[in-house]
Amino acid sequence: MTLDTKTLVDELRDGNPRALARAITRIENRSKGYRELVGELHRHSTGADIIGVTGSPGSGKSTLVDKLAAAYRERDERVGIIAVDPSSPYSGGAVLGDRIRMGSAIGDDGIFVRSMSSRGSLGGLSGATADAVKAFDAAGMDRVIIETVGAGQNEVDIVKTADTVLVLVPPQSGDTIQMLKAGILEIADVFVVNKADLEGANRIVEELLEMIQLAPESEEETWRQPVIETVATSGTGVDTLCETVDEHLGFLDRTGLREVHARRRYEEEIRTLLRDEVGYLIEDEIEAHGGITELGEAVRNRETDPYAVVEEIVNPLRAYLSERS
Amino acid sequence: MSADRQQRTIRCMVAKVGLDGHDRGAHVIARAFRDAGFEVVYSGLHRAPEEVVQAAVQEDVDVLGVSILSGAHNTLIPKIIEGLREYDAFDDTLLLVGGVIPEEDAEHLKELGVAEVFGPGTSIQKTIEFIEEHAPDR
Ligand SMILES: Nc1nc2c(ncn2[C@@H]2O[C@H](COP(=O)(O)OP(=O)(O)OP(=O)(O)O)[C@@H](O)[C@H]2O)c(=O)[nH]1
Ligand SMILES: [Mg+2]
Repeated sequence: MTLDTKTLVDELRDGNPRALARAITRIENRSKGYRELVGELHRHSTGADIIGVTGSPGSGKSTLVDKLAAAYRERDERVGIIAVDPSSPYSGGAVLGDRIRMGSAIGDDGIFVRSMSSRGSLGGLSGATADAVKAFDAAGMDRVIIETVGAGQNEVDIVKTADTVLVLVPPQSGDTIQMLKAGILEIADVFVVNKADLEGANRIVEELLEMIQLAPESEEETWRQPVIETVATSGTGVDTLCETVDEHLGFLDRTGLREVHARRRYEEEIRTLLRDEVGYLIEDEIEAHGGITELGEAVRNRETDPYAVVEEIVNPLRAYLSERS
Repeated sequence: MSADRQQRTIRCMVAKVGLDGHDRGAHVIARAFRDAGFEVVYSGLHRAPEEVVQAAVQEDVDVLGVSILSGAHNTLIPKIIEGLREYDAFDDTLLLVGGVIPEEDAEHLKELGVAEVFGPGTSIQKTIEFIEEHAPDR
């Protein structure tokens, strides 16, 4: 381990916010040596509760996350927040505005808010998010809350990092059906009808309850998704929501599902990392064979064919691996 | 080789301190920065210096742009500088100030460690070029 990594991890575990911030930056930038850093962070993580918060744009996620964090602070728990904004995938630039609604952190180093964009990510944004969670965990956060807009697969992958997923469904959104399509409903552990002060809240609650009734009965202890009403702006319902989150975490612990889920996440992480890593090797090999343009042109000229090109690139690897076993 | 695929992006924070009213200007700047490929954390209106410092540290920004129109720059900016120093974050944060600042005050702020002061007439393009040139190399 380089001295640098060790110092950073020591300081971060000592509660130095600057060290934590710097560690997350290295993770985001995929800076030199970040793998070693993440490895060390993982060794020092003890299993913070990870809560994912998702829902359509403007549904009140940031406002609610802020109130949740404040409620945890009242119980003397330390809270890390990752506000992910995946909205501008390729320009490279982004405006990250979730922080505007997160006033509870002010003057309190027990709440740490970090905004992340997608940066057209290598290794996927979900990978960087999962690694940032490890940093928060190693820094001694009791809860890590991840906010992300519920839009597509990318976001679904991000919230899958969480133990408990809250899906916000505001009234008057006509959202329920849309979200069914996006596959967001399946990943909800708790439905939160936020903006319950607005008209139509009752109808949405009923719609959701009806849908949940359709879930099949089973012998084992199962989790029936609760529907909680909140008004994030005033904090109404936030205490109930906190209790519900803890009930869900309790359910996961009782049934052993928390371990099962964690193991599956790591399985997935290993697979993703391997795919990326092998992908880079292959990219380098393509370059060594003259570059993809040249190869494409050779196929077009009927000098070779796609399968032959792939064979040529992959064969040495395969030969090496079979020799070794 | 594969271990070195870095993805460096310039991170900025645009903060408004003091009591002055609207944030249209800050929004325009934030969007221009985004279009230049920067990541911009926007922290909202009426921020106290301590809040700005805390946010800049947590977000680990390369550039902190403070917009200030209320005339209180001579008290607020030194507080921000002091706060950044307390976190040991001053040296690698490029601190910029935008607003109506008299010439001699601007000189004073620069002596304190502000990298540049941009008056109301400055083009955003010039600001972007300044950042690209001077963003700390970490
Ligand atoms: N009436 C009402 N308004 C709310 C409630 N919760 C949030 N809002 C308002 O809804 C708007 C959006 O809130 P945010 O917390 O920024 O929502 P968000 O889901 O984080 O938004 P994005 O991150 O942009 O997707 C703000 O103007 C909030 O004040 C609520 O319970 N009732
Ligand atoms: Mg938000």
